[in-house]
Amino acid sequence: MIQLVPRSGNAPLWQIATPVLAVLATMLVGGLIFGLMGYDPVAAIRTIFWDPLFGPASGYSRPQLLVKAAPLILIASGLAIGFRAGIWNIGAEGQYIIGAITGAAVALALYPLEAWWLFPLMVAAGMAGGWAWGMIPALLRNWFGASEILVSLMLVYVAQRVAAWMAFGPMRNPQGMGFPGSRNLQQYPSAANPELIAGTGAHWGVVAAAFAVLATWLLMSRHIRGFHIRAAGTAPRAARFAGVNPATLVAFCLGLSGALAGAAGLFEVAGPAGQITDRIGVGYGFTAIIVAFLGRLHPVGILLAGLLLALTYIGGELAQLTMGLPAATVQVFQGMLLFFLLGFDLLTRFQIRRRITA
Amino acid sequence: MNRRHLMASAAALMTALAAPAYAQDEPLKVGFIYVGPIGDGGWTYQHDQGRLAIEEEFGDRVETTYIESVPEGADAERALTQLALAGNQLIFATSFGFMDPVINVAQRFPDVKFEHATGYKTAENVATYDARFYEGRAVIGTIAGHMTESNRIGYIGSFPIPEVIQGINSSFIHARKVNPDVEMRIVWAYSWFDPAKEAEAANALLAEGVDVILQHTDSTAPLAQAEAAGAIGFGQASDMAQYKPSPRVASIIDEWSPYYIKRVQAMLDGTWESGSSWAGIGDGEVVIGEITDAVPAEVKAEAEALRDAIGSGEYHPFTGPLNKADGTVWLAEGEVATDEMLQSMDFFVEGITAQIPQ
Amino acid sequence: MMIDPLSVFLVLLGAATPILFAALGELVAERAGVLNLGVEGMMITGALAGFAAAYASGNPFLGFATAAVAGAAISLLFAALTQVFLSNQVASGLALTLFGLGLAAMLGKPFEGVRAPVMPAGPLRINWIVWLGLVMVPAIWWFLNRTRRGLILRAVGENHDAAHALGYNVRLTRLAAIAFGGAMAGIGGAFISIATVLQWTEGMTAGAGWIALAIVVFSNWTAPGVLAGAWLFGGVTVLQLRLQAAGVAVPVQLLSMAPYLATIIVLVAMSARQKFSRRAGGAAPGSLGTNFHALR
Repeated sequence: MIQLVPRSGNAPLWQIATPVLAVLATMLVGGLIFGLMGYDPVAAIRTIFWDPLFGPASGYSRPQLLVKAAPLILIASGLAIGFRAGIWNIGAEGQYIIGAITGAAVALALYPLEAWWLFPLMVAAGMAGGWAWGMIPALLRNWFGASEILVSLMLVYVAQRVAAWMAFGPMRNPQGMGFPGSRNLQQYPSAANPELIAGTGAHWGVVAAAFAVLATWLLMSRHIRGFHIRAAGTAPRAARFAGVNPATLVAFCLGLSGALAGAAGLFEVAGPAGQITDRIGVGYGFTAIIVAFLGRLHPVGILLAGLLLALTYIGGELAQLTMGLPAATVQVFQGMLLFFLLGFDLLTRFQIRRRITA
Repeated sequence: MNRRHLMASAAALMTALAAPAYAQDEPLKVGFIYVGPIGDGGWTYQHDQGRLAIEEEFGDRVETTYIESVPEGADAERALTQLALAGNQLIFATSFGFMDPVINVAQRFPDVKFEHATGYKTAENVATYDARFYEGRAVIGTIAGHMTESNRIGYIGSFPIPEVIQGINSSFIHARKVNPDVEMRIVWAYSWFDPAKEAEAANALLAEGVDVILQHTDSTAPLAQAEAAGAIGFGQASDMAQYKPSPRVASIIDEWSPYYIKRVQAMLDGTWESGSSWAGIGDGEVVIGEITDAVPAEVKAEAEALRDAIGSGEYHPFTGPLNKADGTVWLAEGEVATDEMLQSMDFFVEGITAQIPQ
Repeated sequence: MMIDPLSVFLVLLGAATPILFAALGELVAERAGVLNLGVEGMMITGALAGFAAAYASGNPFLGFATAAVAGAAISLLFAALTQVFLSNQVASGLALTLFGLGLAAMLGKPFEGVRAPVMPAGPLRINWIVWLGLVMVPAIWWFLNRTRRGLILRAVGENHDAAHALGYNVRLTRLAAIAFGGAMAGIGGAFISIATVLQWTEGMTAGAGWIALAIVVFSNWTAPGVLAGAWLFGGVTVLQLRLQAAGVAVPVQLLSMAPYLATIIVLVAMSARQKFSRRAGGAAPGSLGTNFHALR
């Protein structure tokens, strides 16, 4: 009989070993599938994991990892704080969309004004939009006890429809030949979020993601609120006795994660995406939940997990391009990677012991 | 440089004097990015058929690759760059939403030629291409006008954009021409592909007494519903031959092969130039699939005559006198719509009572 | 303008069936305390497996049975992750959706471009599976509220520690609930491929699984509520399309937002009633979304 015993304290070796084991297991099973489908398994694995970093076109794909990972890391950093406190914001996708819309709205309203303060104002508006969208589930939980998981998820659907409405209606580009979608902010200098240093991929969203990792790490390890959050997550009742106001914590966590998701949306719409369309939400908000868990809700872990997922996206495209691997096969491979990472995570939290039963 | 290579170069140089050409020892690399999966049975499937036609036509003188299911926006820009970096000299981007990414990437790769489907922005190395689907709509509109017994034909639109509005107007004009009592009911699905919703849209039309359904969405769901209700419809994008002979009585096929072959040939000859191609029935880009025996012979003959008249350029589907829905004159007697008029079409013609959603 | 309510209703019955099945399955899983966001992945799996079986055998009903098995099978991946490996349910569910969509697309290649056999119409010319969905509503209500196993399942979902202390097998109960949810989602997905479109195409469920999740919340975790929710969500779409077909201009995006806003209002009202009246039960299951690990 096999028994799981929770580990006491951290298990640093397992913390590092489990993700490595999970990736290896994915390579093994994935390679098997690729082989069965008639593709060279070694080449496929190399294309996905190695080529984006060190392959022939890695000069381009390496910076692109940052572009792809930045929104995931930015959103996941905020989510993880709430998750640690047992506050489940799963509506970051909606907060991302609303942040993109409110941020872009500022630029579209002021077009074609050029001013240095426009972009900072857009960032503020994006964060405010995401924050406000996140505060809805917070307040509904605090006032009426409504589950923030479900309210925040429902608000994703609402946000998606708001985006469609904006793209077809109020925000439609008047010079867009009747096509849906707003003006392209990349072509509006004061509102654009371009590459800061050519060839690095780094736009303001990448800078913000790095900052978010650092700030959330400081918050969780050095600040009294970080202590409250951890306390609320592990021992809610004790935390209440210690003077932690649960309502404040709910508002703080949902507001913060909403604001960060909103910022991610704004950086994306002003930069890589360029315009508000009905498909502005491409799932970063949901993928970030996976990133938060793969990163064990720890800022450094989230950084690595975000980069790993970005790697599989870009490597997956390369595999399509160079080997003709179908997109669906790449998606299956990614799904497997997530399963293995989530499953193997058990080893960091529990010890497996064999128990002899009579 | 070995002797053989030298000879080849010399030969190439000789041809280059007549028409500049690529050395033939390296295949021409042609890349595609698709917005959907190649198995969508509609839009992307037809573009991929065009890619396969290139391979068929040119054999080992070309090498094609594709990336499927690329979301519009930031990911498209990366996929295009990856294709350019992988050495593709000619890249086809097959969705309207790839427009700004194509322009951006083309600026960075001045030596790579880009072809963007359905857009309106060109550059030195960016050409656009589209098909005159409204020509095909005129033909099936004629069939629809004859075939309806309830004098109500239905139209499932995807999005209210010029291309779709052209199709609605064209089919209505020609249905009315053969049947003055016909009226048209229009439903917008707000999706290019959503089988469940398309089925519901078809049912809504059928319940309104419609007995002929035209669709500008890509799934076969409307045909399945039409069959169950004893109504008829038409294949869209692909032939949808599995619904022959009824409910699918004819089809409009997007046939990209002639254009793709022409452009690849131009690359091989070194005669590629930017431009905007908008070809129709005459160039074989819009094909009317087999008109089945469910259509009376004289109707079939009339439809085929119209098809040939359009194909030969003898007749233009938008020829005056035509009024707009609000009663104002659009085209005077004998006047023919210009391409500019069509490309920004945002009104229904007289006789259609529905409003275009804003 | 006249719109015949009966004809709208008949269309609605079919349109609501996929989301009804998926939502009923998710209802049972959530009542057992499991939040499975992988509904879309299970539906598309069922859509493919069901279509493939119906096509190969020529028997649509065999297709639905296969879809149920396939949906349950893929849900076991989620069950293994959350019940054995104790992974977070939200993350695991999202991973299941991603995996299911990819797997179905990968395995579905040979079935592109062929047609499913036509289903024989059921009583009153309404599809048999539509009837089955309608029968499942009272059946699940009966199971949850009038049977001992249903009571255990609800106890597990309400408070897994207490249920465990009473000697009930939390893990096995949840495993069964997840598998049932998978089977139902599979049937729902197969309804789209076998009965609505009669064809297999990648991504054909087009977000129906996500709507099912909303319906469960709207239902306030009751089977009759799920039926009402499926009719509301399906009804809004059917009605707006119907109004369009009748030539009425409708603000489509704003209208399609309405059921989600209604869901939030219902959730808030039920939560508030529970909070302020101290009435037991009524809103979300107490242990929804949390994992259970017994120390002994």
